[in-house]
Amino acid sequence: MDMQAHGVDLYMTVGIPRALLYYYYYPMWATFFKELGADVVVSRETNKGLLDQGVRLAVDEACMPVKVFFGHVASLLDSADRIFVPRLVSVERRAFICPKFMGLPDMIRAAMPADGRLIDPCIDLSKNEREFHSEIMRTGSIFTRSRVAIHKAYQKSKVVLRRFKDLLVAGNMPESAISLSLAGHDGAYEGYTGEFGEVAAANQDAILSGPDDTISVGILGHPYLIYDSYASMSILSRLRDAGCRVITCDMLPDEVVEKEAQNLPRWLFWTLGRRILGAAFHFLHSRSVDGCLHITAFGCGLDSIVGELIEREAKRSGDIPLMSITLDEHTGEAGVVTRVEAFMDMLRRRKSA
Amino acid sequence: MKLTFAHMGHLYIPIGALFRHLGLEVVLPPPSSKRTLSLGCQNSPEFACLPLKVNVGNYIEAIERGADTIVMAGGIGPCRFGFYGEVEREILQGLGYEFTMFIIDPPQGKIGPLLKQLGSLVGPVKPRDVIYALRLCWEKVTGIDRLNRLAVKVRPREVTRGETTRTMTDILAEVDRAETIDATRAAVNRGLSRLAGIPQRQDGPPPPRVGLVGEIYVVLEPFVNLEVETRLGELGCEVERSIYLSDWIRRHVIGDIFRILRPDPLLSLARPYLGHFVGGHGLDTVAHTVEYARRGFDGVIQVMPFTCMPEIVAESILPRVSKELGIPVMTLVFDEHSSDVGVITRLEAFTDLIMQRRVRLGEIGECAVTSV
Repeated sequence: MDMQAHGVDLYMTVGIPRALLYYYYYPMWATFFKELGADVVVSRETNKGLLDQGVRLAVDEACMPVKVFFGHVASLLDSADRIFVPRLVSVERRAFICPKFMGLPDMIRAAMPADGRLIDPCIDLSKNEREFHSEIMRTGSIFTRSRVAIHKAYQKSKVVLRRFKDLLVAGNMPESAISLSLAGHDGAYEGYTGEFGEVAAANQDAILSGPDDTISVGILGHPYLIYDSYASMSILSRLRDAGCRVITCDMLPDEVVEKEAQNLPRWLFWTLGRRILGAAFHFLHSRSVDGCLHITAFGCGLDSIVGELIEREAKRSGDIPLMSITLDEHTGEAGVVTRVEAFMDMLRRRKSA
Repeated sequence: MKLTFAHMGHLYIPIGALFRHLGLEVVLPPPSSKRTLSLGCQNSPEFACLPLKVNVGNYIEAIERGADTIVMAGGIGPCRFGFYGEVEREILQGLGYEFTMFIIDPPQGKIGPLLKQLGSLVGPVKPRDVIYALRLCWEKVTGIDRLNRLAVKVRPREVTRGETTRTMTDILAEVDRAETIDATRAAVNRGLSRLAGIPQRQDGPPPPRVGLVGEIYVVLEPFVNLEVETRLGELGCEVERSIYLSDWIRRHVIGDIFRILRPDPLLSLARPYLGHFVGGHGLDTVAHTVEYARRGFDGVIQVMPFTCMPEIVAESILPRVSKELGIPVMTLVFDEHSSDVGVITRLEAFTDLIMQRRVRLGEIGECAVTSV
């Protein structure tokens, strides 16, 4: 790579943990760092060794997804010069993600020898965007002195994010949307002309139109749990293998989710919580699915509140079955499989009746 | 209208006085008990944190006593507490109770909406009465805090175990009964001299100092923290609580109304270990632990409800603070299954540890350990 042409002063490997908001932002992050001349490595898919390592490093009370994240970060200590562990405060006005996300870099530094190795910008869009931009400049300045180069890299990363999001609403699961959005040679930047928009729109019509002959299941849950096939014991692919149409809360358009979340008497101040609740209310009210499955991590603070509100709404509206599965690092797979199968059988009987 | 609110430590004394003086009839929930907890757990989401469960139990018991209006605080996140009110209302409605719920939101620099909300709750009252009620409330808050600050000093030195705690119960009942500002002042002053008059050990080394940090509800509510403050005191430790109601009101209520702009001293204390607010009291926990270490305390105890998100962040960071600043730290996590025996054992072990450490540091002689 011609580093001078990119205005790049320093060459290094940036590790991105395949956990938490990787499933929402990886293409953006990867593009940003690649455009600045860095090599990007992603930790491997979650497996037993990784989770065990995370369990050893994190405090007992942390939820499984945070433990998984610890495992991924630890695995990158050997393979990357710097590791990207952003402080994720907020990605929209007046809303947060989860308190634990706000302390992530500090929790990592307390648990493993990562001092000086983390790239930890504070991502906070709850109030204004100016500070966010200065955080981007601060992050980019690790790689280059050129503010123009940083700005360009950021603009390109935003384009890739848009492409990725369209691919998601076009019905792709995050892992395949990630590889499609970084489709250029070696994942190099390719630009986006909106070509997935039509597929996305067509897919939206299908999703919102309601059930047909196939059984469709609405999946409620945090992206880092439902799309991590090891952590979620492949519930999604099990459903698909059983002939189910799977609609996750991320496939619904923002307007639908926001409109449904307005039904609450109070602004729900968690971005992911509002998506889960809005999607649940949509599924329950529109009856566009045959059943809802809420996948949650043991001890998840948001889900204890959001799940309760969803359950009560499901009881009130009556006809859509809702099952909730709580996962932690100990859950036996057989128990989960049995429950998912029983749920499917029940949905099939209802459909044929 | 019969108004009620959930228990949190001695909050019922000043807040009860405030509402009574605004001309409202107050029906307090009975003191939290095993029944409160079991009612709360039966009807709350399993993974909600403990304060919500005890709140629900308190409300049910208050409604049984005739309460029909609940006052609760709201919030803007990221801690779950901000949504407690909504979930609690749903739970109680689901149980078929008839009541009205007032959720009072933090002012965030605008006092107008707050006053309007309080106005619709209280109805027409003379401004003079409002000011008197607020002053009386403040007098009780600060009075109780002064009494508590003295009690934690007397308790480890008392000659007869348990005398401080018994006297405090007495004094607090008297402060609760006081219906005017003057009577409150008199009761507090009488209480202070009664506490000072408790026979105390004069000889021996000064008691070890232990800081109590953590989530506000668990720190302030003895029923939930299994009386950790009293037990530590009776094990011979001088306890300093990181949260007193009067400090909290100064910082969060008055500070929030007037938006006093100044650098947060807690943030700069915590910065080397935790660089951002994380909701609830997570940052405060880290900052106060640093502060106690700098002031030469012998140990710090963190208390939190199970699954508390901000305190989990703090808990993850405290081992580093402990190691780098050389201060022993222990975390106690509480839920509906906590048993006092488990807590007592751990507190005894912790006290032993910090006494041994003092011997090692040469602060006290070997024989002093056995006398505690």
